[in-house]
Amino acid sequence: MQQANRLRPFFENITFDRDDNELILNFGPQHPSAHGQLRLMLHLQQEQITKAHPDIGYLHRGMEKMAENMIYNEFMPTTDRMDYIASSSNNYGFALAVEKLIGLEVPRRAKVIRMMLLETNRLMSHLFWLATTALDIGAMTVFLFAFREREYLMDLIEDYCGARLTHAAVRIGGVPLDLPDNFIADLRKFLDKLPENIKDYEDLLDSNRIWKMRMENVGVISKEMALSWGCSGVMLRASGVEWDIRKEEPYELYDEVEFSVPVSDKGDNYARYKLYMAEMRESAKILYQVLDMYADTTPELMAHAPQYISAPKIDIMTQNYSLMQHFVLVTQGMRPPVGEVYVATESPKGELGYYINSQGGAYPYRLKLRAPSFWHTGILTDLLPGHYIPDVVSIIGTTNIVFGEVDR
Amino acid sequence: MRSYTPKDDVQKKPYYTDRYWVAPQVAKTDVSEDAVFASDLEAIKSKFEVLDAYIQVGQMVVVINAHDNYGVIELLKNELEYNQLSELSAIDWLSSEGKFEIFYQMLSMSKRKRIRVKCKISEKESIQSVEKLFRSADWSEREMYDMFGVVINNHPYMKRILMPDDWEGFPLRKSYPLQGDEFAQWYEVDRIFGKEARDIIGPENRDSARVDRYDTERFARLGHEVPRGADISQGEPDTPLVYQESEGVFMIQKFDAEKSVVISDRDR
Repeated sequence: MQQANRLRPFFENITFDRDDNELILNFGPQHPSAHGQLRLMLHLQQEQITKAHPDIGYLHRGMEKMAENMIYNEFMPTTDRMDYIASSSNNYGFALAVEKLIGLEVPRRAKVIRMMLLETNRLMSHLFWLATTALDIGAMTVFLFAFREREYLMDLIEDYCGARLTHAAVRIGGVPLDLPDNFIADLRKFLDKLPENIKDYEDLLDSNRIWKMRMENVGVISKEMALSWGCSGVMLRASGVEWDIRKEEPYELYDEVEFSVPVSDKGDNYARYKLYMAEMRESAKILYQVLDMYADTTPELMAHAPQYISAPKIDIMTQNYSLMQHFVLVTQGMRPPVGEVYVATESPKGELGYYINSQGGAYPYRLKLRAPSFWHTGILTDLLPGHYIPDVVSIIGTTNIVFGEVDR
Repeated sequence: MRSYTPKDDVQKKPYYTDRYWVAPQVAKTDVSEDAVFASDLEAIKSKFEVLDAYIQVGQMVVVINAHDNYGVIELLKNELEYNQLSELSAIDWLSSEGKFEIFYQMLSMSKRKRIRVKCKISEKESIQSVEKLFRSADWSEREMYDMFGVVINNHPYMKRILMPDDWEGFPLRKSYPLQGDEFAQWYEVDRIFGKEARDIIGPENRDSARVDRYDTERFARLGHEVPRGADISQGEPDTPLVYQESEGVFMIQKFDAEKSVVISDRDR
């Protein structure tokens, strides 16, 4: 018997002397189409999958453990590393959870800026999804097109917060910065061109024979299965459940903007693809409305709650008491009230929830990250059997999983 | 005097708390204030014992006995239209009361309500799996077992999910240190090179921020460069700084503000 863990060749992919024709194939964890460190153990009959065991944990960093050893503001940059394709939405989910715990109301301009960040992040995430999935299926052009647009958005985000991937652009109680000059004009310029760009992608893919063959009627998730597996976001809506947290449990300014929630009842890869495209259009619609809201807001960016939130910098630099409070909040951290809260937001991937149990200390007693991709990976156990090997790639593609979020 | 750290809770603690500090509470309201929650609670109460129930931050919290967990979740799913189990996990209260608290976070899409069912079990007790009701519990329960060591009955595939299968210890327990325990320190050495290589390789450094000033193999300090592997424990030679562009390296030039161009248009 060989030992798997020594640095010697170990043929775990090949099982010798089997009576049946079953082959066990190790898909990943370094497979380029696995979108990260996903290992799938596939039991095969010829090319057909009979059993699938997703194996995760290769990117496990113990974020929940880290959260228990960090003050609340310290944890904010760590949330970036969950869904690193759209980090502001993670920041936002955490900030919202802590604000609900404290009972803070955020100034309107901060809300407007947060809305802009959330929706640009959604666009970035969907563009990235389109690019990588199309690349997996073999559509190189779409990859280049979508990355071009994503690059523009990343530049915009960089203008706002200085970072391109790990934004940390939201603070508990508001946002740290006002919009830079030209941000609104630049974003508007992007949005004006976006329908044209989306049409380009759709022209390339919608009736593309290969794309349709790989997507249509592949990876069909029934409504019951999607609900039972805790799917959310596009994975749920493609299976005929009309549930968008932005619409049903509105947070920020989502009850003031008009947008529709695209739903499909097909449940296959193609339906999910169409929903992503439709959602990008809806995001653009929301962004237009939010851009118009910006002008009517007063310049406050952070909530006023001296016990929890540092005063504006001008106060810290001029008033002794604000400086003292700032010092205590930075060195010891804020202490939210005793209680627990679960707050769900609609991140680009689905329902991103933060459960925080606070015992009145500067460190959360327990913080549970409910990341949508975790269950979207789990569903592969039930979804893959019956499919063929090439379908694995397209199914993983349309589940839109990000491993920073799966393993946390 | 050496500071005392309780063994059952080694997580970070605030170094100073005012002696008169009283932590405020998040308001708990009575369930009767919300008609939907009140009727749900009545339905649960008619069949199971409810230890406590209240509304906090817009969600109802129901505390039940641990042996009722399957029944309550089944009732919520089949009769009260809570059609999704969004989250399931544990909280470690071993240090204070010797128990795990397990919570089930559920969502009803038709009622637009969220409810949290909680129960407590002691360390040696196990709990019934709800995987038959919600497939999502399959992975969450595995994660709960992996992180806390809460044993689940009737689970189809009770294995670790995030940590390696042969891991020892349960990382999210309060008694588990943030940097990992001794087992974690030797894990990779033991698995890859074998126990006999422990003396040669040494324990894994699990403090990601550690810098060894005298280790010139793995650490360099900008502006104080010395040859790799040099012994600088007895003092070090002063190396003058040489920038590569001053020696005329191909393609590399010194920055010249006069010649540089600022691109202001995004459509470059």
